[in-house]
Amino acid sequence: MNAVIKLENVQKVYHTGEVDVHAVRGVSLQIEPGEFVAVMGASGSGKSTLMNLIGCLDRSTEGSYLLDGTDVSKLNRDELADIRNQKIGFVFQGFNLLSRTSALENVELPLLYSHPPIHGREQRERALGALDIVGLTDRAYHHPNQLSGGQQQRVAIARALVNRPALLLADEPTGNLDSQTSIEIMGVFQKLNQDGITLVMVTHELDIAQYTRRTVVMRDGRIVTDALVGKRLKAETELQRLREAQQAVQLAP
Amino acid sequence: MRRILATLKIALRALRRNKMRTVLTMLGMIIGVGAVIAMVGIGNGAKSQIEAQIASFGENLILVWTGSMTRGGVHTGWGSAGTLSVEDAEAIQREVPGVVVISPEVRTSGQVAAGNENWFTQIVGEGSDYFTMRQWPVVQGGGFSEQDVRAANKVAVVGKTIVDQLFPGEDPIGQILRVKSAPFVVVGVLRPKGLSVQGQDQDDIVLVPYTSAMKRLLGVTMLRSINVQASSPRMLNPAQAQIISLLRQRHHITPGKDDDFTVRTQQEIADAATEQSKTMSWLLAGIACVSLVVGGIGIMNIMLVSVTERTREIGIRMAVGARGGDILLQFLTEAVTLSMIGGIIGILAGLGTSKVIEILKHWPVMTPALWIVIAFLVSAAVGVFFGFYPARKASKLDPIDALRYE
Ligand SMILES: Nc1ncnc2c1ncn2[C@@H]1O[C@H](COP(=O)(O)OP(=O)(O)OP(=O)(O)O)[C@@H](O)[C@H]1O
Ligand SMILES: [Mg+2]
Repeated sequence: MNAVIKLENVQKVYHTGEVDVHAVRGVSLQIEPGEFVAVMGASGSGKSTLMNLIGCLDRSTEGSYLLDGTDVSKLNRDELADIRNQKIGFVFQGFNLLSRTSALENVELPLLYSHPPIHGREQRERALGALDIVGLTDRAYHHPNQLSGGQQQRVAIARALVNRPALLLADEPTGNLDSQTSIEIMGVFQKLNQDGITLVMVTHELDIAQYTRRTVVMRDGRIVTDALVGKRLKAETELQRLREAQQAVQLAP
Repeated sequence: MRRILATLKIALRALRRNKMRTVLTMLGMIIGVGAVIAMVGIGNGAKSQIEAQIASFGENLILVWTGSMTRGGVHTGWGSAGTLSVEDAEAIQREVPGVVVISPEVRTSGQVAAGNENWFTQIVGEGSDYFTMRQWPVVQGGGFSEQDVRAANKVAVVGKTIVDQLFPGEDPIGQILRVKSAPFVVVGVLRPKGLSVQGQDQDDIVLVPYTSAMKRLLGVTMLRSINVQASSPRMLNPAQAQIISLLRQRHHITPGKDDDFTVRTQQEIADAATEQSKTMSWLLAGIACVSLVVGGIGIMNIMLVSVTERTREIGIRMAVGARGGDILLQFLTEAVTLSMIGGIIGILAGLGTSKVIEILKHWPVMTPALWIVIAFLVSAAVGVFFGFYPARKASKLDPIDALRYE
């Protein structure tokens, strides 16, 4: 079986004005199907840049990238668009939802661009299904500005899931969420992972990384540590514990 | 198909989001298309009415005027320096083959009175055949006879307006009508004709024998014009040529000198009248092009603004798998929707304006269906043409750059 992601000496240089910024300098990384990887590292270490490369949003300046065995650098714009549509679900650092558009329609968005086209009713059903996975069916017709940060994040996750991608990429999905919501989202991810989806997730928080199976640490555009997670946390049990603790201080009824 | 519907839905939503801007952008199209539709309708109505009016003058007519006309059709010697004599008219009747009847004509305007009423009107002197050759029957009483003309009898045939003004509620036949203080006997009333295309009341007229008019009203010996009727359409042009050479000979005009009269067939008069509306049509087409280009540039401008404003949205759509073509189609649809809605409103506004003019000015308006179809298609084409560049610009954006755009 092919590795889902196979990066070899991948580099990304931004040419801005007079100085060249080496955001990623020679990353080699292989991720197998069914893995759940956390990418960690200080701010500016190149995590987002790497995720954009993996997500086929951006092209590397050097090195090779095989996605499911396909050399991505040889694909044209339309083929890359189709890969983003069919194979990859991307959860952005800043949600990137369409404003003044309902949650449901936001989730339907990738289905709009599917080849072959998907029937309108099926679009709706699949979008509702994806919202159900993230537990947001009751907010389907709310607009992003009527949703909390955590809810918006879930809409973004539902959108990433709606085309049933084999690979889910998430750039700081818990970046601005409280700990309970963060753990809830980790619960969603763990469940997806159990169902066979490969996940790569950027995070700053060590405890959040504990929910994954493997942690990659970056510094200055390079991978400095790549290790399996020893003591894996289970979102369900952690949530249970959190609730009990809250009950003790009477934060929750 | 479903994809197009979905794209249309997105376009309509985007346009609704900025209602004011959308309306202002459409305004160029609305005004352009509306003006064209209104003007085409009015021009067309006018043209058909002019044609109908000229046709109603009678059949196979040739008109001979005193004085010459310049190329543009401007009359130079309005009968004042008369060059046509009664003998000329008689010679035409006698010598030109294909001529059926003639009616010498003089014209003046002045005061007419009956009892205590008086009225300012057109006084026209004609021959006795005028009524039949001009297909203008006398509906009450009768016309004047050959005998009346020869004897220069003081008899008059009046239009309906004269009856209304001078003999309200009375039988005018047999009554005395003072024409420029000379007493005339009313012998007939003309069938009402209504307003001309130029808005003149054609029933505001007093017809008298030309001889009576010349002797008793004007004191002139020369005619203003001669109405000639040919036997068939085929005879029109030969008769016209014959009349010209006959009159040149009679007026001793040496070769190379200009005619001191003008001969026009009915067809030429009709053509000259419609020629004006043709010039008008070209002018209109020019105005239409200019306003459509202006409208199109407005659309292009607003679409460019829209692409810039929605760069992030474009980035998001691309990130979830929209191809360049999908984005192109989306913005093109938006531009075409904009221009077509503008076009449709313009068509409706144009038709509405036509209707208002028709009602207020009693001016018949005829808008050919073809023009409506053309206006519709042209508005769509304007959208495609001017929307293409912004749409293409949007489709060429790089997904990651578009997402980062602030
Ligand atoms: N479009 C760009 N043009 C120029 N330099 C860029 C661009 N995007 C990122 N960089 C630079 O590349 C480096 C890596 O940026 P990146 O966004 O990948 O960091 P990050 O690890 O995601 O940081 P954070 O944790 O704060 O999100 C930074 O030094 C940044 O300044
Ligand atoms: Mg980042």
